[in-house]
Amino acid sequence: MAASRHLLDYPRFLGRLLWMSTDGSWRFYTWMTVLSAIALVGANAYAHQLAEGMALTGMSDHVSWGLYIANFTFGVGLAAGAVMMVIPAYLYHDHEMHDVTLIGELLAVAAIFVCLLFIVVDMGHPERAWHLMPGIGRFNWPISMLTWDVVVLNGYLLINLHICGYLIYMRFLGRKPRKQWYLPFVFLSIFWAISIHSVTAFLYSGLGGRPFWNSALLAPRFIASAFITGPAFVIVLLQVIRRFTGLPIGEGPLRTLMSVMRVTVLLNLFMLGSELFTAFYTGGTHATAVRYLFFGSHGHHALVPWIWTAVALNIASAVVVHLPATRRHVWLLNLACALAFAGVWIEKGMGLIIPGFVPSTLHELVEYVPTITEWKITAGIWAFGLMVLTVAVKVALPVLSGQIAASHAEHGQGPHGTEGPEAKQAA
Amino acid sequence: MSDIVSRRTMMKGAGATLGAAAFAHAMAPLTEWSKDLSVDEFLQKHYKELTRDELGRVLLHLKEETKRKYGRDVDIQALPPQEGVSFAYALNLSICIGCRKCAEACHQENNHDRRTGNSYIRVLEMQQGSLDLEHGNANYDHPVPAEGKYYLPVQCHQCDNAPCVKVCPVQATWKEQDGIVVVDYNWCIGCRYCEAACPYHARRFNWAKPEIPPEEINPDQGYLSNRIRPQGVVEKCTFCLHRTRAGRLPACLEACPTGARVFGNLLDPKSPIRWVLENKRVFVLKEELGTRPRFFYFFDK
Repeated sequence: MAASRHLLDYPRFLGRLLWMSTDGSWRFYTWMTVLSAIALVGANAYAHQLAEGMALTGMSDHVSWGLYIANFTFGVGLAAGAVMMVIPAYLYHDHEMHDVTLIGELLAVAAIFVCLLFIVVDMGHPERAWHLMPGIGRFNWPISMLTWDVVVLNGYLLINLHICGYLIYMRFLGRKPRKQWYLPFVFLSIFWAISIHSVTAFLYSGLGGRPFWNSALLAPRFIASAFITGPAFVIVLLQVIRRFTGLPIGEGPLRTLMSVMRVTVLLNLFMLGSELFTAFYTGGTHATAVRYLFFGSHGHHALVPWIWTAVALNIASAVVVHLPATRRHVWLLNLACALAFAGVWIEKGMGLIIPGFVPSTLHELVEYVPTITEWKITAGIWAFGLMVLTVAVKVALPVLSGQIAASHAEHGQGPHGTEGPEAKQAA
Repeated sequence: MSDIVSRRTMMKGAGATLGAAAFAHAMAPLTEWSKDLSVDEFLQKHYKELTRDELGRVLLHLKEETKRKYGRDVDIQALPPQEGVSFAYALNLSICIGCRKCAEACHQENNHDRRTGNSYIRVLEMQQGSLDLEHGNANYDHPVPAEGKYYLPVQCHQCDNAPCVKVCPVQATWKEQDGIVVVDYNWCIGCRYCEAACPYHARRFNWAKPEIPPEEINPDQGYLSNRIRPQGVVEKCTFCLHRTRAGRLPACLEACPTGARVFGNLLDPKSPIRWVLENKRVFVLKEELGTRPRFFYFFDK
């Protein structure tokens, strides 16, 4: 096919997707309206923060990063964890997994959007973001770990957009995707997923002045927890998709992801234990932040309920996911996912970012409590991320299942349930 | 069928309009924010890339802005580092009494926000016999010096291997020829990574627009030092480079009632800082981190 045809086909493809993304049942409209409302509340809070300054947050010179960077860190893990569907599918030739890997990749795209937004709302001068552009700004690469993070996050976004976009577009045209146009990127995305969360860990562990973060175990811990939250989210997401789109998603992927979680929840707890051993057995100044986190220090206890909740949730999820009954009852699996998701979210947030700052480098104990502005903006960003994910999944699935294709794009509705062998292959 | 389609299209149009209106309404506070933004300022190059003419225009613009926002005429200069000068600071812990006159002088000299009472200097009241910062207290409120205590003022150590400079993603902070670590307040994006990286709590962020009564503004200002910083950027101690590059002493040193502070040019054998480094037993804070500070502490005994 001549390349010039794509000039016509591609805009038509995009237009069709855009139109489809605003079509749906009353359930879809309700869901999107609720998310829009939350996102708008967040946008409004952000506009105030920008105008009046970041004094509207609970952060201070002592605790200079808070809820935003905590959620950013967690989001990177979610994006990296999505690759847990790609590895079994492409490295271990799990064919059932093949059918749903695209959903993992779409989740990665949405999660990266969330991460980038959390970075933007944490900046004092977002309009100066162009200073970060290689070439026109002054990109402090390779010295600053933050520039590495910019590279790997945007790279990961592009890789996943390419894989998803290419496969969906080819399916739209009714053509078989060419392996050389997506397989190398699929394998690249596996390494890249590890890199995004490792680099994010290095962001913290590279700071000698913050003993709480300055641990070589931080990157492995990040990866382990990413491989909990990614599968946990996808397990629930697959069931939601199965329920609302009637797409035949088998039990296979759910089982595989559950097996992944069985390993990673234990690994995560083991590494937490290792860190606690080093801190408490050695004791002294080295353990100050850990002591503050788990037991409070000099009458300050803000983080104690958070971290014990996280530990309880993580242990509970480890127990539930290993119960024999969980293999039979999907609600138990969902419970384990919810527990693990919440547990890691706290652990990566209030349990990791904040104690890095308390006590401060001069050993002052200044506590941090997020303000209502921060909560609004945080909720708004997650709502926006869910909107992106909803639209992406909603648009991608009908194309992949052959309901929408270029040949009958003009007529609106295509034939239903024409699941060809190519479609399965492509997904 | 076409009826349904057109009704649906209409609904979508209405929904999109409503959504856009709601979004515009939500973002309305931004008009306040954009008032302070000019195209020139948005497009301004990094300090090191400005030509003499451009720098002149920037300084002029900043003076006008200060006049407009704070109602005060000020002089803003951009003194370059002098040849053959490398600054260092030393502090005699035996005679520091913890009066915090230095912190107060810093507050006034550097046009700090009055509401938060900011200063680049933090004085820790330390337990005698311990150098462990965990046994220090920065918020003491009683007559000084107290029995059994000594005092440890901490400010930017102008490290030769500065973690803050390393981590800045946009090179908005760097080390000048004379050893002073500076920030281009017009280039900083406000990510606060430097604040997280500094082991000495030496950096401050402008969480809001600084409030200073016009009559209290110090009009003797430097582009890289004590000019009034914009909201949303990081700032730090610069050894008062607008003074010291003109041959004067830092404000904190002049304010010290006991003479605990010593400042000078490391490359000048006759400077007092050289005498201290050669004749006293000096140490630096957190030496094990390898930051190589230019701020030294010593005891008389």
